[in-house]
Amino acid sequence: MWSQVVALLIKELLAVLRDAKSRAVLIGPPLIQLMVFGYAATFDLNHVPIAIYNQDTSQASRELVAHFAGSPTFHVVAMLGSERRIDSLIGSRQVQLVLVIDRRFTRDLLTHQPAPVQAIVDGRNSNTALLIEGYANTILTNFALNWEAAHGGPAPPAVLVLRALYNPTLSSRWFIVPGIVALLTQVVTLLVVGLSVARERETGTFDQLLVTPMRPVDILLGKGLPGVLIGTVEASVIVAAAVAWFGIPLRGGLLPLYLGLLLFVIAVTGIGLMISSLASTQQQALLGAFLFMVPSIILSGFATPIANMPVWVQDLTLINPMRYFLVIVRGVFLQGAGIGSLSSQYWPMAVIGAVNLIAAAWLFRRRTL
Amino acid sequence: MNLLAFRRMRGLLRKEFLQIWRDPSALAIAFVLPAVLLLIFGYGVSLDARNVPLGLVVEQPSALAASFTGAFGHSPYFRPRSFLTIQDAERAMRAREVQGIIWLPSNFARRAQHGGNAPIGVIVNGVDANDARLIEGYVQQVWATWLTAQARAQGHPSPTPLSVQPRVRFNPAVSSRNYLVPGLIAVIMTLTGALLTALVIAREWERGTMEALMVTRVAMREILLAKLIPYFLLGMGGMAASVAMAVLLFGVPLLGSWWVLGGASALFMLAALGMGLLISSVAHNQFVAGQIAIITTFLPAFLLSGFVFDIGSMPGVVQLITHVVAARYFVAILQSVFLAGDVWSVILPNALALAAMAAIFLGLARAAFRRRLD
Repeated sequence: MWSQVVALLIKELLAVLRDAKSRAVLIGPPLIQLMVFGYAATFDLNHVPIAIYNQDTSQASRELVAHFAGSPTFHVVAMLGSERRIDSLIGSRQVQLVLVIDRRFTRDLLTHQPAPVQAIVDGRNSNTALLIEGYANTILTNFALNWEAAHGGPAPPAVLVLRALYNPTLSSRWFIVPGIVALLTQVVTLLVVGLSVARERETGTFDQLLVTPMRPVDILLGKGLPGVLIGTVEASVIVAAAVAWFGIPLRGGLLPLYLGLLLFVIAVTGIGLMISSLASTQQQALLGAFLFMVPSIILSGFATPIANMPVWVQDLTLINPMRYFLVIVRGVFLQGAGIGSLSSQYWPMAVIGAVNLIAAAWLFRRRTL
Repeated sequence: MNLLAFRRMRGLLRKEFLQIWRDPSALAIAFVLPAVLLLIFGYGVSLDARNVPLGLVVEQPSALAASFTGAFGHSPYFRPRSFLTIQDAERAMRAREVQGIIWLPSNFARRAQHGGNAPIGVIVNGVDANDARLIEGYVQQVWATWLTAQARAQGHPSPTPLSVQPRVRFNPAVSSRNYLVPGLIAVIMTLTGALLTALVIAREWERGTMEALMVTRVAMREILLAKLIPYFLLGMGGMAASVAMAVLLFGVPLLGSWWVLGGASALFMLAALGMGLLISSVAHNQFVAGQIAIITTFLPAFLLSGFVFDIGSMPGVVQLITHVVAARYFVAILQSVFLAGDVWSVILPNALALAAMAAIFLGLARAAFRRRLD
């Protein structure tokens, strides 16, 4: 039986790898995606264009302007002479923040009155708006504390000392790139497995396969194993690139990572086999793969935290294998997590994988016998 | 002759419509896919952190410490939980039970009352960097409010010498759904436009029915037009349904005018269909066409359009690449038309860029089709 499965496995691998375009699809796009994601998918802000309308021309306000001009986050593109252009600058997206320093700024500072500063932010991208507000607040607070200290004002009772664990510079690349390992592994595995049966159905060779002495389970194994194999290899390449090219620290061991990877690839292969056994054309299979893939990526915590979702959506994510694997990849990469602390992620994936494979076998039998 | 051309066209259109009608997958891509995606994104994607689990470590209870930690209990952003030691709290963070820790050391009250500048440790879990930054921002807000309250209690005129008045234009509630949903429509329409045409026409190439069509007396222009019109209508139908969902279901304000939205959508749909046609004629089969469509249209629309990730913060090379992504222009128009109204300084240049891209892709597709025949 095993020799037959191995023979089918080799045949499947050849079918995918021999066709130049299919081969290119397995190698090129994932690497392109890795590069694009790695460089483009960032929540970090730098050189945000801002304008400043400084109505006060004395020393203190100029010092504040210098604080903004010197920050790597902001890039002062315009100093305004009147309120007139504020709306058009923000409306046309030429600047994302306008800082309005009041005429009484220095006078109020010297007389210990709250000196008014207005920060007008473009809210069309709410995340950027919140981050810009945060950065601007930090600069303003630092300026205020320095000013008070320099002019003999009372020291604030307490100050914040900020520290980020696992990702000291809070670079979002450290968050996104390990996530790509999960994302691309899922895409490649699903496409290889999901389309394999449909392709044979379309060309009519599937019936030939059925009249061989192989049992449906053997065929299923022969169709599923290439996905597991290719998915694992693909993931290894991306892990290597994440470490060597993007310089993401791999703080944990390979064992907890690969244990998670294997369980994840098996679970995804099960889904691919289900799609494969239901679809009669490649287009249907592709659609099926897509319909599964997009929600599973969105609801995995890849780009946005699961904790921000409504409770019923959070419950829905519990059946998504990618959710667990993302925690494992990020845990191993950034936190150096071991098998013990990740056990709560392994077993749900194992259960999902087992259910998927059984369901796939059942569907497959029903469609073929 | 003209009448003949008209009747030919009518026949071709009839064939295309029948084909769409009989194949449920095309209708599914046009209507079910956008609806499902909008629902998932609309409910699932939110960058607004609420009820962040936060660990509080107060090493020596005091009235001052209680006044500071009490502020977190009232904040909608945090769900505080007390720990006895910083080690316990860090263990909880490692187990992903808390996202941040506020640590008041044992000398907090004494230092705060004698000399000030008592350090408050704020430790965030940096694995999700964006979330961590937002949490830091929220903590700073709580701290600033607390400083004001403290100063007022002690009779100081002003605690921090600045009074910052943040004003948010166009999306005053700073709700991420309001900006994600319009951008999302662009992503979904890219999918519908490009994936649909790419797959459907790649299948015709695969089966050889495209060649069969080409050897008839119908002109290439007519074949292309007959392919474009039904899918254009299908895509616009999906677009209208998506906009209706955005406004009625998700309550996103639509401040701009309908006709600007419709015109921009039509231009974008033409560009997307052009890409789909081009992909289908370059790819040999549906597998490859599907892959190329996802790589060259869906992912860029998702990542390089400014829909989630800020284009201005990307490396220069990547910023250049975003200029060839049609969705970039459409996202800019959509976000403005929905949240800011008809801002012509945004709409005009972006609409021109969309028109240019539509012309280029349709032209390239036509050239590619001609070459395929040779």
